[in-house]
Amino acid sequence: MSDPVVVVARGLTKRFGQFEAVKGIDFHVDAEQCFGFLGPNGAGKTTTMRMISCSSPPTGGELTVLGMPAWVDGRRIKRRMGVVPQENNLDEEVSVIDNLIIYARYFDISPKVSTPRAEELLSFVALEDKRDWRIYALSGGMKRRLLVARSLMNEPELLILDEPTTGLDPQARHLVWEKLRSLKRQGVTLLLTTHYMEEASQLCDRLVIMHEGRILVEGSPRELVAGHTSPQVIEVFEPPLDAEAGLAALEPVADRTERLADRWLFYTGDGDALLAKVRALPLDPSSVWLRGGMLEDVFLSLTGRGLLE
Amino acid sequence: MARVATAAAHRTGRGFLRDIVRVPDNIVPNFFEPFLYLLAMGLGLGAYLARIKGVRYIDFIAPGLVATAAMFGASFEVTFNCFVKMQFGKIYDAVMSTPLTIEDIGLGEMLWSTTRSLIYGTVFLAIASSFGVVHSWWAVLTPVAVALTGMMFSAIGLSFTAVIPLIDYYTYYWTMFITPMFLFSGIFFPLDRMPNWVQVVAWFIPLHQAVDLMRALILTGDIGSAAAAAAWIVVVTGALFVVPMNLLHRRLVK
Ligand SMILES: Nc1ncnc2c1ncn2[C@@H]1O[C@H](COP(=O)(O)OP(=O)(O)OP(=O)(O)O)[C@@H](O)[C@H]1O
Ligand SMILES: [Mg+2]
Repeated sequence: MSDPVVVVARGLTKRFGQFEAVKGIDFHVDAEQCFGFLGPNGAGKTTTMRMISCSSPPTGGELTVLGMPAWVDGRRIKRRMGVVPQENNLDEEVSVIDNLIIYARYFDISPKVSTPRAEELLSFVALEDKRDWRIYALSGGMKRRLLVARSLMNEPELLILDEPTTGLDPQARHLVWEKLRSLKRQGVTLLLTTHYMEEASQLCDRLVIMHEGRILVEGSPRELVAGHTSPQVIEVFEPPLDAEAGLAALEPVADRTERLADRWLFYTGDGDALLAKVRALPLDPSSVWLRGGMLEDVFLSLTGRGLLE
Repeated sequence: MARVATAAAHRTGRGFLRDIVRVPDNIVPNFFEPFLYLLAMGLGLGAYLARIKGVRYIDFIAPGLVATAAMFGASFEVTFNCFVKMQFGKIYDAVMSTPLTIEDIGLGEMLWSTTRSLIYGTVFLAIASSFGVVHSWWAVLTPVAVALTGMMFSAIGLSFTAVIPLIDYYTYYWTMFITPMFLFSGIFFPLDRMPNWVQVVAWFIPLHQAVDLMRALILTGDIGSAAAAAAWIVVVTGALFVVPMNLLHRRLVK
């Protein structure tokens, strides 16, 4: 790999008219890593991905991709990059295999080279028996898988995946995760947005959580969990009214408590000690649950629980 | 030049195939229109008419219908087909994540629609010639004239496509631009006995220039007026050439 750092953004900004969708963000993506963007709907993830993939010009700041200024050198950058867009844009008027071969053609890859490659990628995403189907006959998840296959037709060094596994069944999701890991081992740099915290925890070496056009935190999944939430969480589901006073009395013992409509959450460093106290209350034992702190806790505590838009 | 090459790549090989596999659905239906006019007007109406400018009526209208075939061929492609690809299929968004740019897309569409007008115009001429409508050897240059005409209407139509928000707006394009041009460009009746102002207005009508060009090549062999009309088309096409690219850029780059 030529550059140790594949993407560098400094003060990166995107305005749509008066509205600032990305408000001066800084980050860098190291080669051969998987870098994640998390954030609620409208946080600016897709906008950022589109600037990196040279589909949208930044309106401020600096953005370097593969050592070249994004947008300015778009043609050269895009040659070495693969993109899975959030919105499907397969060619509905041609067959599954032709979607791949025609797309490769735009990279000057001749059908002689692209046809066997397309067959191989189709069998990788388990669509080989749909080879000659029209796109409209595919299910939503199959279309996503075909988009993943399409993004690999030019053997990219940098792969940009905007919610690649949204709408996939668990089998297909694991299939895609496996492939992404193997691509990473081969030296491909991955940029990923996702709403699945488990996916981010499993795949990303580092990630950022975005909110309203800004980056709130950055780090490895482990660091973020260690730094922004308690190691353990006790969840109490639908406690009876007569237990609520007892639960409220435990609040000072916990690092933080959250009362939701259907449950209470106690964030704590010492789960066992607190669990013993909770169990002493008149509660159905099966409604009490101790688990480790997770990325989802970090996400929710930083971006809030309400629907944002 | 690299740009032209990649734009050509956009539409060659399998890229081209995308459209070629769709020819039966796409090209064939519109093919018949000029023939219907040739038969209905040329043979039907023509049977009741005396000679017009010294030739049979079918000889008079056939060159204009070649120009019309070229105009229709290009126009269908850069209007409905391109809009569907751009707006509903999001095909251009996909192409923009490859090394191709919007300029390549615009150029590629114009080259393909010109190709399509070339097919329409030359096939029409070949069939019409069996009615004995070709009277000049200059007719061998017709494919060039058809391509020029196709390119001009590609640039105009694609510019319209790039700015309209809804597919319904093509009704305006057709009823206020294409159809009036078709009727008043001197295809079915000569304009040279009309009042002076009509001729001045006609000079600015793109299809009228294309009709003059085809008639000079196919019927009269008047190479001077052919050259004048061809020059008009080249200048206008050259001036309009970048317009659709800029408009597509404004629409698609966000
Ligand atoms: N072309 C556009 N014109 C105007 N506003 C836009 C445009 N594209 C995006 N936005 C706005 O920018 C903000 C960020 O959008 P973006 O698509 O980047 O969000 P996201 O983080 O990808 O969200 P999601 O999780 O829903 O995909 C939103 O408020 C959106 O309305
Ligand atoms: Mg998004």
